[in-house]
Amino acid sequence: MPQLLQLNQVTIRFGGLTAVSEVDLHVGPRELVGLIGPNGAGKTTLFNLITGVYQPTSGAIHFDGRPTAKLKPHQLVRRGIARTFQNIRLFASMTVFDNVRTAVQVHRTHGIRDALIRGGQFRRAEADVEQQVMELLAIFHLDQLRNEPARGLPYGDQRRLEIIRALATQPRLLLLDEPAAGMNPTEKTELTELVHFIKEKFQIAVLLVEHDMRVVMGICERIAVLDYGVKIAEGTPAEVRANARVVEAYLGEEATKHA
Amino acid sequence: MTEFLQQLINGLALGAIYALIALGYTMVYGILRFINFAHGDVFMLGAFAGLFLTPVVQRFFPPQSYLGGIVVLLLAMAICTGFGILIEILAYRPLRNRPKLTVLITAIGVSLFIEYTCQHRLVFGAAPRKFPDLIPVTTWNVDQLVVSSTQVIVFVTTILLLIILRFIVQKTRMGTAMRAVSFNEQAAALMGVNINSIISFTFGLGSALAAAGGILFAMSYSSIDPLMGVQTGLKAFVAAVVGGIGNLPGAALGGILIGVIETFAGGIPGLSNYRDGIAFTILIVVLIFRPTGLLSKPQVEKV
Amino acid sequence: MKSGAKRYLLLALLAAVVISFFSAYFNRYYLGVTIDVGINIILAVSLNLINGHTGQFSLGHAGFMAVGGYIAAKFSLMLSPALPPWAQPLIFGAGLLLGGSVAALTGLAVGVPTLRLYGDYLAIVTLGFGEIIRVFFQTTETFGAATGLTGIPNWTNFGWAWGSAAICVFVVTCLVNSTYGRGFIAVNDDEIAASASGVNPVRYKVTAFVIGAFFAGIAGGLYAHHKSFLSPTGFDFMKSIDIVVMVILGGMGRTVGVIIAAILLTLLPEYLREFSDYRMILYALLIIIIMITRPQGLFTFGFKVRNSK
Repeated sequence: MPQLLQLNQVTIRFGGLTAVSEVDLHVGPRELVGLIGPNGAGKTTLFNLITGVYQPTSGAIHFDGRPTAKLKPHQLVRRGIARTFQNIRLFASMTVFDNVRTAVQVHRTHGIRDALIRGGQFRRAEADVEQQVMELLAIFHLDQLRNEPARGLPYGDQRRLEIIRALATQPRLLLLDEPAAGMNPTEKTELTELVHFIKEKFQIAVLLVEHDMRVVMGICERIAVLDYGVKIAEGTPAEVRANARVVEAYLGEEATKHA
Repeated sequence: MTEFLQQLINGLALGAIYALIALGYTMVYGILRFINFAHGDVFMLGAFAGLFLTPVVQRFFPPQSYLGGIVVLLLAMAICTGFGILIEILAYRPLRNRPKLTVLITAIGVSLFIEYTCQHRLVFGAAPRKFPDLIPVTTWNVDQLVVSSTQVIVFVTTILLLIILRFIVQKTRMGTAMRAVSFNEQAAALMGVNINSIISFTFGLGSALAAAGGILFAMSYSSIDPLMGVQTGLKAFVAAVVGGIGNLPGAALGGILIGVIETFAGGIPGLSNYRDGIAFTILIVVLIFRPTGLLSKPQVEKV
Repeated sequence: MKSGAKRYLLLALLAAVVISFFSAYFNRYYLGVTIDVGINIILAVSLNLINGHTGQFSLGHAGFMAVGGYIAAKFSLMLSPALPPWAQPLIFGAGLLLGGSVAALTGLAVGVPTLRLYGDYLAIVTLGFGEIIRVFFQTTETFGAATGLTGIPNWTNFGWAWGSAAICVFVVTCLVNSTYGRGFIAVNDDEIAASASGVNPVRYKVTAFVIGAFFAGIAGGLYAHHKSFLSPTGFDFMKSIDIVVMVILGGMGRTVGVIIAAILLTLLPEYLREFSDYRMILYALLIIIIMITRPQGLFTFGFKVRNSK
């Protein structure tokens, strides 16, 4: 089966610093892949490369068989790549409903003209949007909060809202950047279930960056490990856990001697 | 060729003044990340300070002497240093943690306040005044080039002030503290730097330079009025942005660049009417190609 | 705000026309002031789209107003002697639209280069554009150079001014309060998140500038045919600041607040006429005090969520 996302020897340099170096990575159409590594390993940078925020200095990224070079982030969203952020980036001045509504329009031909003429077509389109957003919110039990200001939500709900907003763009690949950050163990278990649920219900691929090992090992089918911008290991959770290089990267040389 | 050199000299003289004012803008921006719109008015206040100080000083020093001139300059700089610090304490300090937009508008309000107050008949009045000759003015003719002593004074004074500034910024404790605060305010505070003092110091320093610029300008162009800071201040600000805001050599470079190009444009028949628009055109052109200015390093936003 | 919006618009237009019809019964001076109010509402609401809703801090709005004003004025001056009186409203309307369209093109010319600029840089560049436009009109003979244009026919009446204001408010409000319009707010709140949600920031920023400039141009045309003369100094940085203050006082992004602020700030100088000496000093003080005490605008009470219908 052809890969949904394919990275070949992707490298990016910022001035003198090589943040990501010759990384090969692939994600299949319904795979749940994890990306781990110590802080500063280049995981978020890799996300930024995949989503078009940065352009690689060398190497190539292909999504659905087509190169993503030179495409802007919003264009890649249209292709089917969605993401969440390490530090939650909701639209602070909007309601829960509007946050999702903004993302819904990427696949619609809503135009200025319609908004101004406000004819039948506009009303139907807006009704469609209403339905689509409410359905999504209902799936995640946020429908009762639709008119709440997004920034007033509890932290866990904000994270979920950000994920819902990403899902509203009807992606085929969802990138989650440290979704469990700041959560307590109960919330983390809920998150693990949430990610499984999303993968099943929406039939999409998920690429996950996470620090919490239990979350990663619990969710992912396959894990890639980055250290200083280089991929040092890849495999099933069990394989990665046993990999000496990985242990060394996280805990330092001393630890491997005692491992 | 002579024409070219002549324009160059004239341009450098104008550019030097722009540079002095631009330095103040850029220093404040480096520390506080905001544009002190009222800075151009400090330039104006410097010129007026000179206007009122000259007759007083000339009672103690022989009229039209270099010594008298220097005293007026220093006194004007001192007065404006006070003004600059006062403005900071009254108008900007209360807004220290507010969004940048708020402070920007407040700065505009302060600028307008100063301008309108000075225009009031009880203060300076709106009409332009003639600036007295501080020092004897002579012109030299070198090979068809006309260089006035005033221009030489402008060059010498500016260079001296720049050297002193560089010394202060690089070699003194206050200067080092200034630089620390501009890089990372929190870290500087943790290192024991008194942020309020440094901010006041910066405002004072910038205002002193602007005052010097005001005196030099008044000496060069004779006529001063309460609104003189508007256009000149704006252009100096543009110069600071062109050079890379927050960057001291950049401000000086920007000032000179704008002064020179503006003067040359003034000499070209078709272009001379658009003189006032030159500075902004340079700004737009530079920012399109280097969005953070000529000498600054582009900021990469962490996503 | 579906068919309700159109109903309000038609009502407003009707009211404007009716009141205009009886304008002969009103005090000329006060009528002039209300026309000023109408024009300022257009300026404030159009700038609000750029500054308030989309968050692009533009300090050069007077430049767009100037473009619209001069083009419309020139159009009228050239055509009105040659055409019969009954054609005047047509010329006026056409001139306004022409002025607005050229202003919109100018908005495009400003919006595109400023795409990569933010905050202070954006402010100073837009200010620069405004100044360049002013210098252009100040030096071009066709537009009267430093003396400006005089003898512009006095065609702006209550109906034109407030009718245009109603249309402007309708357009901007309907635009922003739609799913499409959420994009403006998104770009303002967080451009990176907006991109990640499929919103094209370039498209929205440029659109905001173009539409904002268009209406500013219309306001300029109305202004020209109200005062009957145009002077380049009337469109300087100060004028841009005047409009910005209205938007800020009204609370950036809140259309109703901005309209009220526009009304108040147009009427205020009239009431301060007695203190003419101190008028501008008080105005400056007012700005400073408001910014220190109530920067969120005078008319924002509690958290008003921008949820739209």
